[in-house]
Amino acid sequence: MEIVDIVPDVLKNNVMITTIDGLFKWARSNSLWPLTSGLSCCAIEMMCAAAARFDLARFGYEVFRPSPRQADLFIVAGTLTWKMAPPLKRLYEQMPNPKYVIAMGSCANEGGPFADAYSVVPGVDKIIPVDVFIPGCPPRPEALIYGMLQLKEKIRHPEIIQKVKK
Amino acid sequence: MIKTETYQLSMGPVHPSTHGVLQVLLTLDGEKVVDSVPCMGYLHRGIEKLMEARTYFQCLPYTDRLDYVSAMNNNFSYCHAVEKLAAIDIPEKAQYLRVIMAELNRIASHMIFIGSLAVDIGATTGMIYPFRDRERILDIFNELCGARMTYSYIRIGGVRSDLSSAIVDMINKFLADLPSMLDEYNNLLTGNEIFQHRLKGTSLLSGEQARRLGITGPMLRASGIDYDLRKDNTYSSYDNFEFSVPLGKNGDNWDRYIVRVKEISESAKIIRQALDGIPDGQITAKVPKVLRPPKGEIYDTTEGPRGEVGYHIVSDGSAKPYRIHIRRPSFINLQALNILCKGYLVGDVVVAMSTIDPILGEVDC
Amino acid sequence: MKRRYMGRDKLYTLKKDFPTDIDFDDAAENPSLIIRSLPYFPKIMHSLNTQHKFDMLSNITAVDYDDYFEVVYDLTSRINSEELMVKVPLAKASPALETMTALWPEADFHEREQYDLMGIIFLHHPNLQRILLPDDFIGYPLQKSYRQAEKEGENG
Repeated sequence: MEIVDIVPDVLKNNVMITTIDGLFKWARSNSLWPLTSGLSCCAIEMMCAAAARFDLARFGYEVFRPSPRQADLFIVAGTLTWKMAPPLKRLYEQMPNPKYVIAMGSCANEGGPFADAYSVVPGVDKIIPVDVFIPGCPPRPEALIYGMLQLKEKIRHPEIIQKVKK
Repeated sequence: MIKTETYQLSMGPVHPSTHGVLQVLLTLDGEKVVDSVPCMGYLHRGIEKLMEARTYFQCLPYTDRLDYVSAMNNNFSYCHAVEKLAAIDIPEKAQYLRVIMAELNRIASHMIFIGSLAVDIGATTGMIYPFRDRERILDIFNELCGARMTYSYIRIGGVRSDLSSAIVDMINKFLADLPSMLDEYNNLLTGNEIFQHRLKGTSLLSGEQARRLGITGPMLRASGIDYDLRKDNTYSSYDNFEFSVPLGKNGDNWDRYIVRVKEISESAKIIRQALDGIPDGQITAKVPKVLRPPKGEIYDTTEGPRGEVGYHIVSDGSAKPYRIHIRRPSFINLQALNILCKGYLVGDVVVAMSTIDPILGEVDC
Repeated sequence: MKRRYMGRDKLYTLKKDFPTDIDFDDAAENPSLIIRSLPYFPKIMHSLNTQHKFDMLSNITAVDYDDYFEVVYDLTSRINSEELMVKVPLAKASPALETMTALWPEADFHEREQYDLMGIIFLHHPNLQRILLPDDFIGYPLQKSYRQAEKEGENG
């Protein structure tokens, strides 16, 4: 017998039944707290996304935290250099679980126009695991918002990703 | 007398008010700053080396990514240097279009300055307004060349495209609304007593110190020295326009703020004159598909929103530059950080850094 | 107002003061000053700073040619509205010359950058350390002979 069947009829319209896991996923996906950390050009577009016109607050993602201990989303916005890689990794490790990473812009994805430079890391996924890649140089704020909504889908339905992996 | 021991505090490379990935090593005596050393390089992308492997045309997009909040001014500076090296004459109309776009970008850049200064001081509302108004300029650029930040609109030999009447309307509307935007900032920030107390009389930089340290741009002018390359080494068509160079008196944070706010209206003045006086003609000169400047060397400067942007280009007669070195104003201006911070409180370091207005893409190159 | 290149007459006076140490191409339109003798280099720069009023050292570049290095100083005089390019060739084996931080304090970062990326050593510089690259970086990337290490640091 399913749980749904033992709920009295009076309550059926007032009570939602879900698992604890599902509830957590739902809560997490709707209030991501990004870390305030911009590396370069993309950071300006990230600020624009949070400012008046694009208004990230519509989706509940506007609580930019300056401390990694309070954040659960790391938007790597910009070029990552080998000199910056250790501090970046430390920031990631300081964030509490569960944590998510968005690689914003071509540089964060695979080095972008600087891929063959002597000082640039060709993609942040060499240093930390990445959940969503957003292409563009720099991506427009709309693209960042779309990326965050994709992350929301991923948090809610992790099984989608597992299917793709097979 | 009781003496306390000094200690070191590392600010950055990830700090909400370092404008990117700048690290400042502070030596503190209690709350007082004894010494501050900027450590940069966390965004060093090796642009100069990359340019050596690319043709003169392919180098252009890299200049966008140097000072990414005023890409037009960097495009302008680079193209101006290459054209001087290759002796290319630019049509009058292209000169006017360049000036209009460079000045619009200067306004956008100063708006970012106002916004980030406000947010660094803790006035988050103060950030929203300049960012909202900056979108208007980005809309114009978007219409013009399809990009919001990295334009590559100013090309070697001229500009990429002509102004359509829709764009002219947009610029005119923006210029008409600009005074009310500035009023809004003045009501919100300039007239705010707390804001004034934070800025006035802190982080003094005398004219002599600024001159000795090679400071350029609004920061130098805030210290009372009248040096603006648009006037003192006129390039392009700047000598056709009437505008004044705002100067500060004391060289404190307040002056550095006010000078930039005043520069916004001066830039608007230039744009208005340039829009009225656009001559007819071509928008690009004839430039060969493969540009091979003659063997030689050149150092050429223009005035960016942060100071003197200089390109030193060495050509060996081939299609690729033998060596390019870029004088980035933010990089040199950061040398003043220690003078600005010494003897003040930790809270003032944030303000001083903000009024230097460094862009780390440019500092680290 | 437009900045001019340093006048021919001033170049001749300079040549008279240091007859064997400096050189310039008389045929060129804007001849750059080439300093051949390193011991006299600080003296010549001092004379440019004080006598000829070049109060701003806009830029320092180092160029890696096939058989020598060349350090290029771009000087600007805000007082006389003039500019000048000074070149100092250096041997590949010992690329070292005197620092200019005493005459122009702004030279500090310029020189550190050239040391960092090109390996030019500025003697008596107050703090000659790498400025852009990490302290443990090996090699000078802007030298033409520099080859990138195979994916350096990827595992470390």
